[in-house]
Amino acid sequence: MSAELVPTIGLEIHVQLLTRTKMFCGCELEFGAEPNVHTCPVCLGHPGTLPVPNEQAIESAIRIAVALGCEVAPRSGFHRKNYFYPDLPKGYQISQFDVPLATAGRLGGVRIHRVHLEEDAAKLSHVGETGRIHGSGASLVDFNRGGTPLVEIVTEPDIDDPAAAREWLALLRTTLRQLGVSDVNMEEGSLRCDANVSIRPAASPELGVKTELKNMNSFRYLERGVEAEIARQREIVESGGAVEQETLHFDPAGGTLTPLRSKEYAHDYRYFPEPDLAPVAPSAAAVDAARASLPELPEQRRDRYEADLGLKPEVARRLAFDASLAAFFEEAVTAGSASAPAALANWITGDLVALARERGLEPAATAATPAAVAALVGLLAAGEVNRGGAREVLEVLVRDGGEPAAIVDRLDLGAGDPDELAAIVKRAIEEDADAAAKVRAGEGKAIGALVGAVMRETRGKADGGEVTRLIREQLDL
Amino acid sequence: MIDREQVLHIARLARLRLDDQEVERMAAELSGILEHVEAIGELDLEGVEPTTHVVALENVLRADVPAPSLDRERALAGAPDSASGSFRVPSPQA
Repeated sequence: MSAELVPTIGLEIHVQLLTRTKMFCGCELEFGAEPNVHTCPVCLGHPGTLPVPNEQAIESAIRIAVALGCEVAPRSGFHRKNYFYPDLPKGYQISQFDVPLATAGRLGGVRIHRVHLEEDAAKLSHVGETGRIHGSGASLVDFNRGGTPLVEIVTEPDIDDPAAAREWLALLRTTLRQLGVSDVNMEEGSLRCDANVSIRPAASPELGVKTELKNMNSFRYLERGVEAEIARQREIVESGGAVEQETLHFDPAGGTLTPLRSKEYAHDYRYFPEPDLAPVAPSAAAVDAARASLPELPEQRRDRYEADLGLKPEVARRLAFDASLAAFFEEAVTAGSASAPAALANWITGDLVALARERGLEPAATAATPAAVAALVGLLAAGEVNRGGAREVLEVLVRDGGEPAAIVDRLDLGAGDPDELAAIVKRAIEEDADAAAKVRAGEGKAIGALVGAVMRETRGKADGGEVTRLIREQLDL
Repeated sequence: MIDREQVLHIARLARLRLDDQEVERMAAELSGILEHVEAIGELDLEGVEPTTHVVALENVLRADVPAPSLDRERALAGAPDSASGSFRVPSPQA
């Protein structure tokens, strides 16, 4: 039997910053514009031009760094990363190398190795085959994107399975969205993720040889790509082979991985200091100010939900790590002063999310408003509708919207008047003296017959817990 | 000493095609340059910051304010080939 093999995953994330202009020139940034309408001699790499960094981009990058708990370098510089590719007009990318903007952070239990600034490449479209790089004849270059400010975030290899990688990326996206520094849209490429994957025997302290996975441009593809690569590496190792260090391109259509660059020349970038740019030296006061101006971030929000609102850890996490769900929940809490936040949270993360998903929507995009959901949970807590009835009302809310109390009336789902329910319970006890005697004698199961009779009488609308309580009360138990 | 293999490797990275004579010459010249620079290693540079700029500037930045871009026809005018408002190039991985 071979030793158990465990995967190790690290992520490299590129985030396009939401500035008005490019990193080193004043060309405007506009997603989806006609090709090559936002270019100038600087971002086209014409000889003799000089880059000047965008102050806002540096501020946003510092904001990201402090939100990730990093130490911001008092002084960092730019380097040239040299390689030839048609999307890189200068023959080098301006990036950061030995001293990045920030290091040593942490988010959601994953350590952040570094955060640095660089410029994006242009957009290449390959004429011929769509989507795939291999085998096409000519390419068209659109330099609108070339020079967009990018922040690269590199994690330590602290992630140990593909689903955790996906969850962590979702947490990072919510965090960045909260900061307002990027659109963080994976489909549009403003959030991009590469993964470094290796496997090793569980007992081995040393990491195995890693491969780098590119082009996983959705959360699902990240999970699937990493899964596929772990499976590929397992197969190699289990059949006695050795994993080679290489860069792989994930093809979502077939779920396959193909080598991307000739590995012989990969990572030979001959970095050297960019002589045209002065160092970036943020003052301690500016870094402190950035830290002081941070909004509540998902992890803090999760802690607050647990500590102040009494939510279960898993429910708190699900709400807090999803910006849109958290906003819905908070609005519902504010609207429903009478209902307990924990019950609201359970309904939102449970039934509401499930019903919305059936329609392919997020809860916020359905017809159910936070106030209506809060009102419904209030009716349930007051015993005016039972759980099954509440679920029916929620279905109507998601589909058509409306006022829960009115829907309860219209569908005749009301649990009814408490006195009336007590009278029904009384009758059920009188009509089944046998069951009543058994319950009195301590035969717990016998109560089912009485509860069943009451539910039949109320056509399922009474609250089961309340019925049980009334039976026991009337039997003096 | 820079050897032949190293010259060929660097030439390939720089997309330069060198004939045998040029490889010989480059090996000698590059070695000479490195020797020259290595002379600095004889100095005691303990505590001396690397100099990447001759002037001591930092935080030379610009405000995030748009400036006019080039007219597209002008931007494309210098391209050897263009199509559909874009620069057309041989596919990098064909």
